[in-house]
Amino acid sequence: MQKFICVTGVAVPVLEDDINTDKIAPIPTKRSLKPDYEDMFFHRARRRDDDSVDPAHVLNQPQFARASIFVTGRNFGCGSSREGAVWCMQAVGISCIIARSISDLYRENCLQNGVLPVELADDVASDLEQRVVAANGAQPFTVDLRTQTISGPGGADIHFEISSADRTRLLEGLDDIGMSLKNADAISAWEARTRTESSWLQKAVRAPGTEIVR
Amino acid sequence: MRTRRTMLDKIWDAHFVAKRLDGRDMIYIDRHVLHDLHAPHAFEKLEQTGRNVRRADLTFSMQDHTVATKPGRDETTNPDGAQFQRAMREGSLKNGIRLFDLDDPEQGISHVVAPELGLVLPGATHAVPDSHACTVGGLGALGLGCGTSELEHILATQTIALKRPKSLRITLDGALDPYVTAKDVALRILALFGTSFGRGAAIEFAGPVARALSVEARMTLCNLTIEMGSRAGFVAADEKTFEYIKGRPYAPRGAEWDAAVAQWLLAASDEGATFDTELSVDCTGLAPQITWGTDQGQTIGIDETIPLVAGDAQARVKAQQAFAYMGLEPGAPIAGVKVDRVFIGSCTNARISDLRAAADIIKGKHAAPGLTAMVVAGSTSVKRAAESEGLDRIFKDAGFFWGESGCSMCAGGNGDRGRPQERVVSTTNRNFEGRQGKGVRTHLASPEVAAATAIAGVIADPRRI
Repeated sequence: MQKFICVTGVAVPVLEDDINTDKIAPIPTKRSLKPDYEDMFFHRARRRDDDSVDPAHVLNQPQFARASIFVTGRNFGCGSSREGAVWCMQAVGISCIIARSISDLYRENCLQNGVLPVELADDVASDLEQRVVAANGAQPFTVDLRTQTISGPGGADIHFEISSADRTRLLEGLDDIGMSLKNADAISAWEARTRTESSWLQKAVRAPGTEIVR
Repeated sequence: MRTRRTMLDKIWDAHFVAKRLDGRDMIYIDRHVLHDLHAPHAFEKLEQTGRNVRRADLTFSMQDHTVATKPGRDETTNPDGAQFQRAMREGSLKNGIRLFDLDDPEQGISHVVAPELGLVLPGATHAVPDSHACTVGGLGALGLGCGTSELEHILATQTIALKRPKSLRITLDGALDPYVTAKDVALRILALFGTSFGRGAAIEFAGPVARALSVEARMTLCNLTIEMGSRAGFVAADEKTFEYIKGRPYAPRGAEWDAAVAQWLLAASDEGATFDTELSVDCTGLAPQITWGTDQGQTIGIDETIPLVAGDAQARVKAQQAFAYMGLEPGAPIAGVKVDRVFIGSCTNARISDLRAAADIIKGKHAAPGLTAMVVAGSTSVKRAAESEGLDRIFKDAGFFWGESGCSMCAGGNGDRGRPQERVVSTTNRNFEGRQGKGVRTHLASPEVAAATAIAGVIADPRRI
């Protein structure tokens, strides 16, 4: 998995609550197994009704074109489990999301891909949002996971909390499946025990001649 | 271990495999169901890393998201879907996973089909790479939606790595009036507490209303757990649940059935168990509910008026955006608003009981002139059952499209979408901007409200039809 240690770059303020996965990564009209994630990124939100690019949308403003830190409101990433909603952020160069809160599924999908999800309490978030708006892409911010600090123009460093488990995962870029497979013996032991104690859980076998009944 | 345990504690402890080095719990997944939209990517990743599927015998594949609903469909009917369906077919075959393909008599939406097949069992864990995996909580299982990386992890290890969620119980008091359903209860919960109160928790629905609901209705209630912010929600299993499961194709039988029921009877939360959070909702006198805005918290009773802007600055901005997108004015009644399309379908509300309820209202009537009405059964088995009861005739005679099973217009992943500015009353789960097509204005409601609306041509109260 991709590591996350520290990022320095433009912070873009997208100060809305409840930005859902259909907004971040709308299902394209033309579907593909290998979609263009960069194009998918806020595809509709960044366009007007006639499909032309809306220059007024914050994500279309030139000073934020190379943003690497995404600053947003409450319940970011609510909705579906689609991991494409994280991949399209990465496709445009974003590696850190700072929000007032992030949905459980979206947050996990971030951690799986080396994207740092930071959640800030309202008062701290409000302060940072003002600084990011004031900076307007002209001066960079830095988010350092080692020291758990956000620094940048307009004020003092901001400390953020993250569980040591999540911090380790990102700093080390650990292979998630590899780490679990270290416990292969424990998985086998669980299966053996369950075959004895709750045998039906360990087999999904169709009884001959059965149909769905109502 | 605590002496008085919640249902979550019991399922979690029973499925705990090991603690990982990073402190997360590895939880065993008893049944894993894949679908065409996300599995192909995981199959590819697995192949690249040279890893094997650990328990193909506990894994099942379903074609649901990208399939066409047009009668007589094949994989070319929705040309964009064919690549997903082929990759699903190849990956399932290669890894020895039983696939319910497009032409299988038991194909359908995974969250509808898995319970029908007896693949969902009380006290068991169930994972699907889809956020509505929580649906199966209606049978007392822990249904976990997951992303593509987690899906790959489950394929390789048959476990998911998670932090134990907090416990949240919602006690549903009172009783529901006629034409008021589990969907209305869920929408009311969202109206009261919002769309993120469940973050970090698993929700147990309890109380007299949860107990009185049918097993299928419990699935509707649990289906909307993710919209409350929780990855999982459930209702403790009881005799109704056992009755529902007994004799289904993959359900335990004989002595194993007896042993299973004996364990399931002990799976509910202990009397006096403590929850991290307790909420309650009095459902007495609850009216059918409908969303007016672009998130599920923006819900009102069907006999109410669209609320005036209130709350903090962000809530005001959100409400203004919702009014503009939905083409609605605050203060106006929601009933009587003209509707262009009605969609009855999805893992939320397309089981046989949903179709019966809608058909009961539609019988002998016709959809309003100019309104497009669609019914897409949750599974091919539901479709067949409906046809054997003559429900298809009722819908067709009323001018409804009667399609083949799949996710269809819920997310439009198969090309079933509305047109810009079209107003849709939908029995699905998400009213987000653009969810059912660019510019489409979605109102979420029960099959009863959808049916009444289809007849009236305007948002209508099923109690008055």
